[in-house]
Amino acid sequence: MTARFDGRQGRWVGASVPRREDPRLLTGRGRFVDDIQLPGMLHAAFVRSTVAHGKLAGIDLSATLAVEGVVAAYTAEDLGLGDIVALLDRPLEEFSPTAMPILAREKVRFTGEPVALVVARDPYSAEDGVEAAVVDYEPLGAIVSEESAFAEGAPLVHDEAPGNVLVDVSMFDTPGVDAAFEAARAGGGRVVEVVTKSGRQNALPLETRGVVASWDDHDDQLLVQMCTQVPHQVRTAMARSLRVPERTVRVTVPDMGGGFGQKCVVGREEIAVAAAARRLNRPVKWIEDRREALTAGFLAREQRYRTLAAFDEDGRITALDVDVVCDMGAYSCYPFTAGIEPLMASAEMPSVYQVPEYRVRARAIASNKAPTAPYRGVSRPQYVMAIERIMERAARELGLDPVEIRRRNVITQFPYTGVNAITYDPGTYRESLELAEAAIRDEGWYEIRERAAAEGRHIGIGYCCFSERTGYGSGAFAKRKMAVVPGFDISEIRMDTTGSVVVTSGTMNHGQSHETTLAQIVADRLGLHLDQVKLRQGDTERIAYGWGTFASRSVTIGGSAVSLAAGKLGELLCKIAAHLLETSPDNVRLDGDGGVVQIDDPQRRASFEEIADVAYLRSHLLPKDVEPTLTATASFDVPGDGTFSNATHAVVVEADPGTGQIKILRYACVEDCGVVIHPQVVDGQCRGGIAQGIAGALFEEITYAGNGEPSAASFIDYLVPTATEIPDITVTHLETPCAFTENGAKGAGEGGTIGAPAAVLNAINDALRHTGVELDVTPVHPQTVLAALDAGVHKEMSVPS
Amino acid sequence: MSDRHLIDLNVNGETHEALVEPRKTLLDVLRHDLGLTGTHVGCEHGVCGACTVLVDGEPVRACLMFAVQAESAEIRTVESLGRDGELSDLQRSFSEHHGLQCGFCTPGFLMLAEGFLAQRPDAGREEIREAVSANLCRCTGYQTIVDAIEATATRRCHAKEKEATA
Ligand code: FES
Ligand code: FES
Repeated sequence: MTARFDGRQGRWVGASVPRREDPRLLTGRGRFVDDIQLPGMLHAAFVRSTVAHGKLAGIDLSATLAVEGVVAAYTAEDLGLGDIVALLDRPLEEFSPTAMPILAREKVRFTGEPVALVVARDPYSAEDGVEAAVVDYEPLGAIVSEESAFAEGAPLVHDEAPGNVLVDVSMFDTPGVDAAFEAARAGGGRVVEVVTKSGRQNALPLETRGVVASWDDHDDQLLVQMCTQVPHQVRTAMARSLRVPERTVRVTVPDMGGGFGQKCVVGREEIAVAAAARRLNRPVKWIEDRREALTAGFLAREQRYRTLAAFDEDGRITALDVDVVCDMGAYSCYPFTAGIEPLMASAEMPSVYQVPEYRVRARAIASNKAPTAPYRGVSRPQYVMAIERIMERAARELGLDPVEIRRRNVITQFPYTGVNAITYDPGTYRESLELAEAAIRDEGWYEIRERAAAEGRHIGIGYCCFSERTGYGSGAFAKRKMAVVPGFDISEIRMDTTGSVVVTSGTMNHGQSHETTLAQIVADRLGLHLDQVKLRQGDTERIAYGWGTFASRSVTIGGSAVSLAAGKLGELLCKIAAHLLETSPDNVRLDGDGGVVQIDDPQRRASFEEIADVAYLRSHLLPKDVEPTLTATASFDVPGDGTFSNATHAVVVEADPGTGQIKILRYACVEDCGVVIHPQVVDGQCRGGIAQGIAGALFEEITYAGNGEPSAASFIDYLVPTATEIPDITVTHLETPCAFTENGAKGAGEGGTIGAPAAVLNAINDALRHTGVELDVTPVHPQTVLAALDAGVHKEMSVPS
Repeated sequence: MSDRHLIDLNVNGETHEALVEPRKTLLDVLRHDLGLTGTHVGCEHGVCGACTVLVDGEPVRACLMFAVQAESAEIRTVESLGRDGELSDLQRSFSEHHGLQCGFCTPGFLMLAEGFLAQRPDAGREEIREAVSANLCRCTGYQTIVDAIEATATRRCHAKEKEATA
């Protein structure tokens, strides 16, 4: 295969140019959904279920309608909308299709589920209206855990999902699994078992969800301005639910205050608000409040892995046998379904290691909790944690150094096709490990750890190696049998009479700097100044279809599409220039400076401005076979199994024996995301991701009481780490250019979040190494650490002297 | 509910009139009555700091204050930073250090830092980190925010020293 990446010839890619998003965001002139005010705009609020599971016995909105300022109030029956249904192309034994109504009908399935919609003149009156609503529930037993979901005769969250199982797949069971375990038991090898669990987390964009919906008579269209990573998917689902042609819905996205995956699925509230705007023929706004965001927004991450691994006497893994259960909450998300987490775990669990035999069963269960959606990393933080705990446990049992056991197992030959039938493109799995270890060793952390231990302090060092699929093309999603298959992206580029271009992308920026990075790619491809490139996204009218931003796909897939479109425009410019210069098209090339030059006589040149002038204002001068339009469109899909970024994270922590708090003393990330378009932005993605990973490892969790009441409804109970909990982080880049993308880039959005939980957990276990306790559950609470240290003291006391 | 008060608010050096219910927060009045949408809403319960504005020079959470309480005060919002279309030194520093990604938390951090540096112009990195821990950012991991504020503090101190020796 020949690499399409052709090095860094341009001026923009690879440079940390000032972000073009910054000036407006720094001056308060950014425009977020809640900043939008339309004439005659009304405000919506939702009546939400106060019970986790129950029959809806009656809804009385008469008092609501009597509240001053309330204009209308609707139940599911009033709105009569179609449900959101997310499907997999799998047999019923593997997948139970379930529907999510826009407002709850007949029964409620989690505390916070929307039951009725109130529309009022101002947000305060809308909330007064919500307070006045009277809803009668007949409570049913709540499913709040794996045990309660699987119990004999357990109540069903959905009648369509027997046993509360939404997905049950066994994607791999290679013939030699049992033999490998037998061999390990019989010979000098080892069988290691670890049960890892992670708490339910909220992706928590700082800007909550929101929408302003209005009917535009002029365009004969519903204009939906909202916060979403996937405007086209919202348009499709909304049009279906409202039962209108898709052309009558336009979704636009203004500035967006984060998403992290939570905003890459279709929510029900936005559709209800759109329906209300249509009925009332007035603009309606809804801004989710923080309580709603925490209790009724999409959550993620609550998973349990039981992992068995066989090792030979040299510490090489010979087989992996895994059972995964993901608690997906009350509903399957559109378009990904409840399969999003279990399918990701099944497909990619062997991670960066050479695993010869593999068996996996993964289930998604329904429970009476807020539903889940993809969240930055999707299952990878969890399966990486499972496999990295396995490595550590095996190292301990076999008396090997934790870095050494990884060295012996990590993939080093590329391309490598794994037992999971995935071909990994070249990366730096081993190199990143060596570099991370060297950093920690050279800085003397091993000696510091030993000295501290002698003083009775508890310092530990932890590592985590992983790779992550970044460019998920349609091939990868089709393999998972999604009924709606994401993957490609489309870009259109248009040059104006001054030689500047506007480029559209189907991706959707929510903090990743697309306006800068995608423009850098285009500027280089055409040889334009960055200021002459404007990126537009987040408008379903501007582009036929787009898959938005998730799974680190923006630069890999979106960036390749914009690059291809720019390339096509470049060809067109060359063709016109050749005609104007009276030479053949083979005798011209883009000159990298806003023009086309004749190869055999570089004195002869046509600037883009001159070409554009001809194309639009004097089109009679164009060659006969060229239409008077300087536009080009291209789409791009990643071939094969996609692209893989990789990294090693190394962490040093100290456990405080007085409080049980974990303090991070050092955090190093060595990562390889292929060609780095904008180093500062990539560093920012790594650090931000790591902060979210640390949050999952040490702080954030939403638990549920036996009756399904969520534990966290505000930032008082949901502990988002602040600047004093997140350490400074060094990021070192390795660059293995990717052969599958137009720009050599892989993807960098999720890695930080993937590596941090395992690295932190391993470091904590290293700090507690003398206690005999090993922790395999996140978040690690201070009381857990104290109990472990306490156990260690007892152990030391019981050692006969 | 028809109990409304006509109040004068002094925001960014201009006096505005607003007719407000006593329960209406300063945040909502700034954003919705005055159209100063630079100040953001992240939680409405005083934890995230996205709504931070300066009230008589002190960083204050506009979601925890009623507009009627702010009548005689001098209020500054993010819209007051920078002059004649130029970014202020602090804003420039945020951009240089990539102290913002989605930018939603940014106005709150800028006002927090502005108020903090006015009181503690020679604050060191750890002190800045401590001060910044009052606000939440979900994107950056904070390091670059601390970098941006630290660099501004250092630059401002140097500028002062130069002035003194000149
Ligand atoms: S909105 Fe005021 S502190 Fe969060
Ligand atoms: S930059 Fe997004 S919340 Fe801070």
